[in-house]
Amino acid sequence: MKIEADRDVCIGAGMCVMNAEEVFDQGDDGIVVVLEVEVPPEHADAAARAVAACPSGALRRVDA
Amino acid sequence: MTETLQEETREAPEMPLHMRREGFDPVPEMAALRDDEGVRQVETAFGMPAFLVARHADVKAVLADSARFSNDSRRAFDAPGAPKLSDEERDRMRAGNLLGVDPPEHTRLRSMLTPEFTVRRMRRLEPRIVEIVDDHLDAMEKAGPPSDLVADFALPIPSLVICELLGVPYADRESFQQRTSKLLDISLPMDERLELGRESREYMADLVARAQAAPGEDMLGMLVRDHGDDLSTDELIGIAGLLLIAGHETTSNMLGLGALALLRHPEQLALVRDDPAAVAPAVEELLRFLGIVHSGIPRTTTRDVEVGGIAIPADSLVILALATANRDPRFLADGDRLDVTRDAAGHVAFGHGVHHCLGAPLARMEMRIAFPALLRRFPRLALAVPFDEVEFRAFHFIYGLRSLPVTW
Repeated sequence: MKIEADRDVCIGAGMCVMNAEEVFDQGDDGIVVVLEVEVPPEHADAAARAVAACPSGALRRVDA
Repeated sequence: MTETLQEETREAPEMPLHMRREGFDPVPEMAALRDDEGVRQVETAFGMPAFLVARHADVKAVLADSARFSNDSRRAFDAPGAPKLSDEERDRMRAGNLLGVDPPEHTRLRSMLTPEFTVRRMRRLEPRIVEIVDDHLDAMEKAGPPSDLVADFALPIPSLVICELLGVPYADRESFQQRTSKLLDISLPMDERLELGRESREYMADLVARAQAAPGEDMLGMLVRDHGDDLSTDELIGIAGLLLIAGHETTSNMLGLGALALLRHPEQLALVRDDPAAVAPAVEELLRFLGIVHSGIPRTTTRDVEVGGIAIPADSLVILALATANRDPRFLADGDRLDVTRDAAGHVAFGHGVHHCLGAPLARMEMRIAFPALLRRFPRLALAVPFDEVEFRAFHFIYGLRSLPVTW
């Protein structure tokens, strides 16, 4: 599973960090930083929850 | 949130359908509206025509689409029946109000605040919030039962947290708490609420002037220091006023109403008290189930649109029934039941889209600390009055309790 984040769309709500802090972080500006673009299988569920929870629609799953 | 209320005018008459409740629950008519029609044309409390949207998927779709569903309060002002205010006053009321503007203006304002509400920032506040919660529990224990949980716990904790964060003197709490509570009470005459809004702005103007003269380490100081050139004084006043209201009116009502909901479900209360892993999902479920923000800010359509198969013309008000949407059977099963063990993710208690609650990480942290701390300190916490004597706060933009007499 691969994750794409659109930093222009992100509003910095932090829902991704709350759901999957191994995969996402927030920069000093509060905007999303993807730590693991290729999500390790053990964090795939959490990452999927983060994508679903994102209020701004900034996150996207890109599945091979 | 106040801003929109200030926009709506006339005497507050009958309670709008989407604000009517029976105890914790939206009235059965709201569930019927959601499950049958989905969207219904209604009148607002102030006699303006509006479309009430009640299904979870429709509510999310509207909230996600800020281009077609505008928060811009100037549009709402132009609705028939809206109050006639001078352009100057309108502009002043709108300045800095993140809930009354659309992108890109909204993006400009929000991006100045986003760094202050990151998950990491909130974690840094955790020890201080724990201390504040413990202090209030100590005071309750010392005074002994009974206690009014709203006055002694639910209201003062978020109030003190937002005061410290923002840089508002806590000594002023009595006056601003009273003012904001009345501002959000739609049963009060519009003139009175407009006047309270003006008083509120004068108070914040004073604090902003002080921060401009000597910026402190708090959020007001940060805004002045880092964004003093980009923000007008009116914008600073608007932002500060919104954060002060949003910071204490919301979390405090969740704490009061949430405690009552848990007291009514003792086996679930025991879970939250005894199992640390149960707390975070329980907070989400309480947010979903209680849906204290009945409807958030009404949107205005920027063009002809369709919602849930219903045509809505341009320049119509759209009201989002958040509490009812949170219980939509198409969203989750058995939504009228409180179940702190369920996965409530996807609820719209904090809204959705670009206006999703800025303070959500703070609110979550306060609740995750406060609920278990309360229940562990007083394991035998119980209502001190029969349930049917508990006074819910109707007619208020944010649902809650007037008081919650408890004993232990």
